[in-house]
Amino acid sequence: MENINLFVLLANWLRQWLEGVGASPDVIEVVMDVFGTVGALVFILLNALILVLLERKAAAFFQQRYGPNRWGPKGVFQTIFDSLKLLSKEDIIPKAVDKWVFKIAAYLIFIPAILVFAVIPFGEGMIISDLNIGIFYFVAVASTATLAFLMAGWGSNNKYSLIGGMRSVAQMVSYEIPLVFSLVGVVMLTGSMKMSAIVAAQTKVWFILPQFLAFLVYFIAGHAELNRGPFDMPEGEQEIVAGPYTEYSGMRWALFFLAEYANLVAVCSIATTMFLGGWNPIPGLGFLPIPTYVWFVLKVYFMIMLFMWTRWTFPRVRIDHLMHFGWKVLIPVSLVNILVTGIGIKIYQWMGW
Amino acid sequence: MLQQYAGIGAMLIIAIVFPIIVIAISSIVRPKKAAKYKYETYECGLETQGETWVQFKTNYFMYALVFVAFDVETVFLYPWAVKFMSLGTFAFIEMFIFIAILVIGFWYAWKEGALEWN
Repeated sequence: MENINLFVLLANWLRQWLEGVGASPDVIEVVMDVFGTVGALVFILLNALILVLLERKAAAFFQQRYGPNRWGPKGVFQTIFDSLKLLSKEDIIPKAVDKWVFKIAAYLIFIPAILVFAVIPFGEGMIISDLNIGIFYFVAVASTATLAFLMAGWGSNNKYSLIGGMRSVAQMVSYEIPLVFSLVGVVMLTGSMKMSAIVAAQTKVWFILPQFLAFLVYFIAGHAELNRGPFDMPEGEQEIVAGPYTEYSGMRWALFFLAEYANLVAVCSIATTMFLGGWNPIPGLGFLPIPTYVWFVLKVYFMIMLFMWTRWTFPRVRIDHLMHFGWKVLIPVSLVNILVTGIGIKIYQWMGW
Repeated sequence: MLQQYAGIGAMLIIAIVFPIIVIAISSIVRPKKAAKYKYETYECGLETQGETWVQFKTNYFMYALVFVAFDVETVFLYPWAVKFMSLGTFAFIEMFIFIAILVIGFWYAWKEGALEWN
């Protein structure tokens, strides 16, 4: 059953038009990539708009209150007006800050948040650049966000910011290892780090079944990487105001916020690609005329709802418990997962299944 | 091969330019001068006391050390995982000897209390 993919059709049409004009193949590739990037950027911005509202509505639902309900029906225009408000706010750079570090941190947080979208397969044939080191690229790029947090915390010259920045670095560094290890199992099963190959390997069985432990580890470590949910120590509002964001205001703060939601989408997209079958339809529902990117977005939103559910249900974890859990539970568990996956694959090969 | 990375180069440029554009737009719209007290360091309305940029907990350094060991391991682990299916049992055992050496180091760090938060 051939599903018609609007975006791929558009891309092909653009490519043909460029060829007709007489552009060289290299130029065509770069132009296509630029269009893909702009598409990804629009996707991120739209998602941030929707997710802020969704998060506030979900929080309101969990806490049995209304949430935003003034602008538009059920408050759907709330985030649009919020972003307009942020755009027109004063950009305050306090006297005491280290000006360059403070300013650059806001730009720097945004770069990895966009760059990871290069390897996410949004649908069949919808990937900006299908690198042969796909998942490794994600791991490498996503971890550089730590630097921006440290710069923001240190550059603000504010005690709350410094504590928040330090906590954020300690937490992101600790939980990066289980996150990376949990993805190794999937790479072992696929035999490739290419995102398209990983998706193609899941047409029959999604990797959440053979790699359920890895999925759990990824899910927990993902919360910590995003500084969300029960692991939001770096931003703990009741103790350190807003952590590294304390001194930021107006559009600079909005960039941090945008990067946070972009990272949420990226982590959920990777979870979808690695464990939930990517853009493959749910087994047995492949006959429905639903485009692959719709399946992908549906799964990503399912993951995001899971993330929101945990965020608003669990109390904040204490920092020493957090570090203990990361180092003494998650890392051994993820190592055991690699071992068990290896043994499992070897047994399968010996049995000749 | 290199063309794929050209795409990422294009992304990088857009990722750098986009925040600059957004902040430039905001600088046209926003009010320029805020009240004097807004430029003070925020500390619940009090004046901040003492130095902020001080030497920080050494705990963070211990975690960073152990992290580097594991992070280097992942660089070795990924190529091994890619080729795992085609490699024989020997490579499988060899990798676990490698991990075992690392686990011994991890166990030592654990025993010495590098993973304790105090």
